Amino acid sequence: MSAQTLYDKLWQSHLVHEEPDGATLLYIDRHLVHEVTSPQAFEGLRLAGRKPRRPAAAVAVPDHNVPTTNRAGGIADPISRLQVETLDQNCADFGIVEFKMEDVRQGIVHVIGPEEGLTLPGMTVVCGDSHTSTHGAFGALAFGIGTSEVEHVLATQCLVTKKSRAMRVNVEGELGHGVTAKDVALAIIGKIGTAGGNGYAIEFAGSAICGLSMEGRMTLCNMAIEAGARAGMVAVDDKTIDYVKGRPYAPTGKQWDQAVDWWRTLVSDADAVFDQEVHMDAAAIVPQVTWGTSPEMVTSVDGRVPDPADAPSEVKRSDWERALAYMGLAANTPIEKIAVDKVFIGSCTNSRIEDLRAAAAVVKGRQKAASVKLAMVVPGSGLVKQQAEQEGLDRIFLAAGFEWRDPGCSMCLAMNADRLEPGERCASTSNRNFEGRQGQGGRTHLVSPAMAAAAAVAGHFVDVRKF
Amino acid sequence: MRAFTLLDGLVVPLDRANVDTDAIIPKQFLKSIKRSGFGQNLFDEWRYLDHGEPGQDASNRPKNPDFVLNQPRYQGAQVLLARENFGCGSSREHAPWALEDFGLRALIAPSFADIFYNNCFKNGLLPIVLDAAIVDQLFRETEATPGYALQVDLERQNVTTPAGESFGFDVDAHRKYCLLNGLDDIGLTLQQADKIKAYEERRKAEAPWLFV
Repeated sequence: MSAQTLYDKLWQSHLVHEEPDGATLLYIDRHLVHEVTSPQAFEGLRLAGRKPRRPAAAVAVPDHNVPTTNRAGGIADPISRLQVETLDQNCADFGIVEFKMEDVRQGIVHVIGPEEGLTLPGMTVVCGDSHTSTHGAFGALAFGIGTSEVEHVLATQCLVTKKSRAMRVNVEGELGHGVTAKDVALAIIGKIGTAGGNGYAIEFAGSAICGLSMEGRMTLCNMAIEAGARAGMVAVDDKTIDYVKGRPYAPTGKQWDQAVDWWRTLVSDADAVFDQEVHMDAAAIVPQVTWGTSPEMVTSVDGRVPDPADAPSEVKRSDWERALAYMGLAANTPIEKIAVDKVFIGSCTNSRIEDLRAAAAVVKGRQKAASVKLAMVVPGSGLVKQQAEQEGLDRIFLAAGFEWRDPGCSMCLAMNADRLEPGERCASTSNRNFEGRQGQGGRTHLVSPAMAAAAAVAGHFVDVRKF
Repeated sequence: MRAFTLLDGLVVPLDRANVDTDAIIPKQFLKSIKRSGFGQNLFDEWRYLDHGEPGQDASNRPKNPDFVLNQPRYQGAQVLLARENFGCGSSREHAPWALEDFGLRALIAPSFADIFYNNCFKNGLLPIVLDAAIVDQLFRETEATPGYALQVDLERQNVTTPAGESFGFDVDAHRKYCLLNGLDDIGLTLQQADKIKAYEERRKAEAPWLFV
């Protein structure tokens, strides 16, 4: 057999049937479900008189609409509440395990999947959520789907899809002090653009990627979709296997050994050929800050807001102009001169224990700037929250004037009560700086947790390497 | 799903790149548990001058006269002309639901985001990829010509301008078949239940931990 990429191996092992034109029936091992993109799918099943083929393959959690304060008081917004109650009812009706709002295991779907061992190497993982690419960090094929496909997977445990092309992004060398997986992700997007990965599955490789923790790899794969790729992935190594071992849904005993034997093969063969290769020098990456309304509108913290006059094309020039107008920024402003109103540390990109530790390390013994109206920390899950509290991180944040919240998607997309007001500027560890993403008229700058924490203390962006 | 065969539709040009699904349908409308009624909130933050909330009657809301979909000459448009990477961002199928509910049937752009592109086909919407230079030409012609309409023929896989110029486009055979016939593919997949069962049996032996 010719040399295979990791993606080839994952694809091949889940292929149920392939038509001559490449349309493939692909088997899905794990289906994660949340309240926003599933109600119409369950309704579709009911209307057609269908049942889930393998309810045990699906696990559900409410995360987008849940409040991050006063959890015991329930959801105040009746429309949000109905959506979560609808998920509860659907899971009860169709026999699907759900971690409900008051369960300590509840959290952002892309945090709890790996945390519970629901995500395992070699799996196909789907969810009605574009950031499903996160789970690729485990050497899994994971991608987001729409609601029609949520229904399709529930009914058939398969998807009709076509293989993407394969891209490898090689990041070689060592990351500098204060430079994180988030900065690597933003630097990659800055290089290839938000459409650079369209039609591709991306494997992240190279010594800098091997050096990342599982949390860091999740952050990186999470942002693959912001580069346009449905799926991002990293090969299996000891870190992967160590992370999975002992998780509640991970295999045990003889099955564990059998699984590990297979997982060890989940790497691209040495002579595997990719449709495209991208090379990055880890040492050249510095902390990143986005300045516009697309993740590709990004620069280094020591840089400046670009001048639309320098844009590479006419379409880009008008995009940059529109972005600067929306963001309330003048061309050539130094990034470190940009003051922030709010700081959000959380989201499926950066709400895991390592992220909270990195932010707390910056905040420790310091105070939130008086000019910053709100600095909030939203752990990715109840278990992350619990662990952070055991480590005393909550006390560090609270002593510095930050708010310590309950887990959920929160102000990444502001479907719950956490949002920006028009014109407010936010240093955010989330993944999208789109217009209105964090609240209508809100202005989002994407950064790493350490950079967000430093901005909260300084009141403006600062280079965390010198902080 | 509504079938798509042949369309002769008025074109509306949306001249910006990287239009994301948050812009197509903002998050507050995703709280709905229904599949219909999203058209009035399509591009809500660009289309209206006030802030929209779900359940609100949009007919009395102040419209942004500068936004292209509000301009009189584009009323009734069925073809949306867009720029690179249209539909990027979230997987929300509410985006194609809103476009379809608004009355759009075909979308033309130099590129689409993968998940969005896929979601369109599940909802009777045809996303068409044409070369950037051709899209540029269509933008110029649309803006210069009131009433500019394009003929979209899915069977023949081409787009024809009023001047008779024709551009071919690619579409996967399976997607084309489903769209031409208005078929949703769950029924088709269930016809392959024996193959799925055989896969599961084989896989259970190889990787039993996946079936606990």
